[in-house]
Amino acid sequence: MQTTLLLTVIAVLSVVGYLVGRNRAVAIAGGRLSTLHSVPPYHGFYVALWAGVPALILLAGWVSCEGPIIMSLVLGQLPAALIPQDAQALTLLQTDILNLAAGVSTGREPDPAVADAARLYNSFHTLAESCLLALGAALAVTGLILAKRQIRTELRARNRVEATLNVLLILCSLVAILTTVGIVLSLLFEAIQFFTKVPLTDFLFGLHWNPQTAFSGDVSGSFGAVPLFTGTLLITLIAMVVAVPVGLMAAVYMSEYAAPTVRAVVKPVLEILAGIPTVVYGFFAALTMAPAIRDLGNALGLDVSSQSALAAGVVMGIMIIPFVSSLSDDVINAVPQALRDGSYGLGATRSETIREIVLPAALPGIVGAVMLAVSRAIGETMIVAMAAGLAANLTANPFAAVTTVTVQIASTIRGDQEFNSPKTLSVFGLGLVLFVVTLILNVIALRVVHKYREKYD
Amino acid sequence: MSMDNITLTTAIRQSPAVRGMPNISNKITARDVNVYYATKRALKEINLDIEEHRVTALIGPSGCGKSTFLRCLNRMNDTIDICRVEGQIALDGQDIYARVIDTVQLRARVGMVFQKPNPFPKSIYDNIAYGPRIHGLAQRGPEMDEVVRSSLERAGLWGEVKDRLKEPGTGLSGGQQQRLCIARAIAVSPEVILMDEPCSALDPIATAHIEELIDELRTSYTIVIVTHNMQQAARVSQKTAFFHLGEMVECNDTEEIFTNPRDERTQGYITGRYG
Repeated sequence: MQTTLLLTVIAVLSVVGYLVGRNRAVAIAGGRLSTLHSVPPYHGFYVALWAGVPALILLAGWVSCEGPIIMSLVLGQLPAALIPQDAQALTLLQTDILNLAAGVSTGREPDPAVADAARLYNSFHTLAESCLLALGAALAVTGLILAKRQIRTELRARNRVEATLNVLLILCSLVAILTTVGIVLSLLFEAIQFFTKVPLTDFLFGLHWNPQTAFSGDVSGSFGAVPLFTGTLLITLIAMVVAVPVGLMAAVYMSEYAAPTVRAVVKPVLEILAGIPTVVYGFFAALTMAPAIRDLGNALGLDVSSQSALAAGVVMGIMIIPFVSSLSDDVINAVPQALRDGSYGLGATRSETIREIVLPAALPGIVGAVMLAVSRAIGETMIVAMAAGLAANLTANPFAAVTTVTVQIASTIRGDQEFNSPKTLSVFGLGLVLFVVTLILNVIALRVVHKYREKYD
Repeated sequence: MSMDNITLTTAIRQSPAVRGMPNISNKITARDVNVYYATKRALKEINLDIEEHRVTALIGPSGCGKSTFLRCLNRMNDTIDICRVEGQIALDGQDIYARVIDTVQLRARVGMVFQKPNPFPKSIYDNIAYGPRIHGLAQRGPEMDEVVRSSLERAGLWGEVKDRLKEPGTGLSGGQQQRLCIARAIAVSPEVILMDEPCSALDPIATAHIEELIDELRTSYTIVIVTHNMQQAARVSQKTAFFHLGEMVECNDTEEIFTNPRDERTQGYITGRYG
């Protein structure tokens, strides 16, 4: 509560600081704004930053340190006999105190000493919040006043505000990078734990995936991921067979043949395909495409299961078409007109020019587009889960039900999990493999695209 | 391509104008040519004769329409949607804007070299072989090798590249690239070669090379060259046409134009008063 109040106070003081700083700068310049090193708004931002930033840093630091400090004070008040030596029991005691302080029932009659500790905790907490409010507000006001005093014509307010902005931007990108690093590390550690239970070679080369039957005593032969890899490969392959030719030809049509008015309509419409949620594609695949393929197969005398790799692959291919077409369209457009002119000038027809000159010139970029599409296909879960099933069959038959790495991860992680069973941990092994594969594909794609860019700039 | 079309083209190739009196016959005649970009009129009532086996230079200030006129001669303006051409342009007496004319065949007869060297991102060999291959002029193998060799020789590039025909054409220097583009145009055995400021992206030494080449090519081809450089026009051409604001102001023997211009505007341009 007090924290919210302090945030409001800081915000108000920052706005006030901006106005004060700007007006002060205008007053000092005395009508000749050109004498100022920085324009008045920068002086405003300068004061606002001094009012806001130190107080916010105080707030952040206080909130993160307050709990542990108060807890150690409270524990110091407890009789020594009540404090357990065991770390796990200590954590339990602390949780009890926190629960009591928050008014949550622990489900049993609390020890009077512990109840006292909870009351003590609460009073410390209230005190601390009031202190924080007072200190924070004081810091903001002090910052504002000090910064305002600094304002003079030669104050390099612009440079300092820009430098602060720079720091802010760095912090934002750090958030993204640190999150990635954190996810990768947690994936790695859990995967290592999994591989202590199931040998890496069994996992990578085993032909049998059946985690349901795996008990902690006997795990050999249940975590062979090869059927998942082949399933992923099969569906990705089918998706690419659909998406690459269709997407590429659509791109050629849009960039080389379509009139500008047609292109203005077709391109956005094609890109809408990319905006359809994959769940929608999923039930389209499961309810429309899969039965249609089954009926067609039966009519041709083939044995087609109602869930098939083909249905999932085809629908996934349709989903990926806009990726391929939009990216390819961009790279085809980037091929210099001079090359087309050169070809037309020799009497080449339009299709000869596209086949012999434009596509080869755009090839690196097209390869990059396809690579990105492949990594998208490998990571896709929903369509496969709905249309291709969960059965880990080791088969190359597109009419059979197969499953993929992502689907297994999704189906294993449903509901409550016992976190140290090999079944749950297998998810991290699969995730790691998936991550490494898509990372490699993305790196290759980006390198190829980059190389292509250098060529015409 | 229809059968009619083939017979017609053959007829054009064997027309009396080509067989007799090669030195004074007009290869291309333009009559009342108007060109519009959307509604803007870029060329006004152009009448111009291009003589066979001569170099005709088109000069004039930027935006005067000389490049537009050049691009009319092999219908490269067709690739620009908003461009419209009126009037009559005849190659060996045949209207090139007639319906029976196919741009593919026309451009095989009227080749083009562009302002900026634009070699294809292929090997030197494939750059040359591209044209003959799409027109079916030579079989893959020794026959094609011969076409590539002779084209590069005529463009004066053979000695420099004969050991690296498999390397990409984009790896050559600017002047070599432009000679590669000329060789590429020669490879389809055109009758006319259009050059749109072929030296403007090149240094003086490379320029001198190309100019020498143009002079040699004159014996076998009719050449039309657009240039901003009046010394170049004087050096390489026999006929010069001066364009100004979409009009063809004056066309005469090059010597006449530069020593004794009839029109005041021509005089002003060649003496450097404007442009």
